[in-house]
Amino acid sequence: MESLFNQLPIGLSIAAVLLLIALGLTFTFGQMGVINMAHGEFIMAGAYTAYMLQDLTGTQAVAVALPVAFVVAGAMGWLLERLAIRHFYGRPLDTLLLTWGVSLVLQQAARDIFGAPNVQVVAPSWLSGGVEMFGSNLPYARLFIMALAIICVIAIWAYMNRSRQGRRMRAVMQNRELAGCSGVDTERVDQLTFFIGSGLAGVAGVALTLIGPVGPNLGTYYIVDAFLVVVAGGLGQLRGAVIAAVALGLLNSYAEFWTDASLAKVIVFAAIIAFLQFRPQGLFVLRSRALT
Amino acid sequence: MSEMLQVTGLEAAYGRARVLFGVDVTVGAGRLMCVMGRNGVGKTTLLNSIMGVLTPTAGKVVFDGRDVTKLPTYERVRLGMGYVPQGHETFPQLTVWENLQVTLEATAHRDRAAVDEALDVFPRLKEMLKRRAGFLSGGQQQQLAIARALVTRPRMLILDEPTEGIQPSIVLEIEAAIERLHREKGLAVLLVEQYLELALRLADAFVILEGGAVQHSGTAEDLRDDKVKRLLAI
Repeated sequence: MESLFNQLPIGLSIAAVLLLIALGLTFTFGQMGVINMAHGEFIMAGAYTAYMLQDLTGTQAVAVALPVAFVVAGAMGWLLERLAIRHFYGRPLDTLLLTWGVSLVLQQAARDIFGAPNVQVVAPSWLSGGVEMFGSNLPYARLFIMALAIICVIAIWAYMNRSRQGRRMRAVMQNRELAGCSGVDTERVDQLTFFIGSGLAGVAGVALTLIGPVGPNLGTYYIVDAFLVVVAGGLGQLRGAVIAAVALGLLNSYAEFWTDASLAKVIVFAAIIAFLQFRPQGLFVLRSRALT
Repeated sequence: MSEMLQVTGLEAAYGRARVLFGVDVTVGAGRLMCVMGRNGVGKTTLLNSIMGVLTPTAGKVVFDGRDVTKLPTYERVRLGMGYVPQGHETFPQLTVWENLQVTLEATAHRDRAAVDEALDVFPRLKEMLKRRAGFLSGGQQQQLAIARALVTRPRMLILDEPTEGIQPSIVLEIEAAIERLHREKGLAVLLVEQYLELALRLADAFVILEGGAVQHSGTAEDLRDDKVKRLLAI
C-alpha cells in the first residue's frame, strides 16, 4: 500500500518531463499539423545552450538558459519553417521525411561541434537536495521541473486565450482560408506559431539537463513520447496534453515499479494503442456543428 | 462612371483541370452585380480567383484602379474587398465576439465602432456574443460571416450564395441587409446567386457563366428575358 504513494511523486515528475517536451508539439503538431521529426533536436539544442552558457554564468546556467534556449531553439524552428517546411504544407509524408533528414543533420552537427560523448550541465546549488514526500525522496530538481511545467502551461493558456496573437493563431488553425479572407496574414502567424513551438522544445531541453547528461541523441529519446502525449490528448488541446502527460507519467512509474523499465514501456505503448482504439481522436475533440 | 472592380481575361485551374476560360466582369462603384449560372460552371472559382484564394493562371484583377492580381488575399481584404465565402464559414471554436474581434485586429483601421456597426446590421447576433460560432444555426453563422466581412469596412462586398441552405426567415433578413448596405451605404456588391427571383429584386446588372466563361450579360431588365431563363434552367 505504501508503495502506491511512493510512486506518486515519481510518476508526477515523469509527467512533468513528458508535458514539457510535448508542449512545443501542441503548437507545431497540434495546431499546425506539421509532423516535425526535428523537434527532438530543438530539445537537444536547448540542452546544449545550457551547456554553453556554463562558461559565462557558471552554476547558474540553467536559470539563464531558459529564456536563451527558448530564443535559440525558436530561431532554429523559425528558420526550418521558412526555408523548408512551408513548401510542404499539406504533404505530411514529405514533411516527415524532410524533417527526419534535418534531425539527422542536426545530430551530426552536434556531434561535430560538441563531440560524441555526453556532457554534463552542473545544476545550481539551490537545486541540490530534496524533500521527503510519501516516504520517497523527491529531488528539488524534479520539483523545479514540475513548477516549470506548470508555469509553461499557464503561460501558454494565457497566450492562447487572452492575447491578440493567441486569438489570431486559433483563428488561423481553425479556418486558415477564412482567416486570410478576414485580413489575417496567415504566413506570419505560421512563423510565430512555429517559433513558439520550437522555443518551448528548447525550454524542455534545458529542464532535461537537470535529470541527465546531454548528448547528440538527447532528442531521439524523447520525441516519440512527446508525440504520444499530443496524440493521446487530442490534437491542439492543451488540457488534453496535460491529462495525457499525467496519466502516462503515472502509468509509467507504476508499471516500472511492479515490473521493470522495458516492460513498463511496453505496457505504456499497449495502453495508448488500446486507448486510441476507443478514442482515435484522443481525449478531447473539437466539437461543433460546423465540424460534424 | 468609375469602376470598383475590373476583371479581365481571368483563367483558373485546379491542377490540370481548367475551370475558368477568360472571364470578364466589371462592377461599377455602388453597383450590384449578380453572377449566375448552374452548378459547376465556375462561380465560386471566379470569386476565389478574384480574392486570390486561388491563384489565377492568367488574367487581371483591378480593384479601385489598383492591380491586385499578385497581392495575397489578406492585403486585398485590407484594401477594401470584403469577402464572404460559400457555406457560412466561421471560426467555429471562437465565440461570436472573438470572430469579429480577430477580424477587427487584422484591419488597418482598428476602429472598435466597426464591430458595433456590423452588429447593428444583424442585431440578432448581439445576444450571442459569448457563444461559440460553431454552435450557431446555419443562418446565424451566415449573418456572422457577413458581419465579419463588414468589420473590415469594405468598399465592396463579394458574397458567394449567401442564402444557400439557410432557413427562410433568415434568408429575408440577409436579403434585406444586402439591399440596405447596397442602397443606403452605396456599397458595390458582387453577388453569386442561384435564385433568379432574388437576383431580379437586387441586381443592377448580371453575368451568366457557362462552361467557365461569360455566356450572357446585361442589366436587370434583360434578366426577364426568356433566353436567360433557358440558360439558368436545370
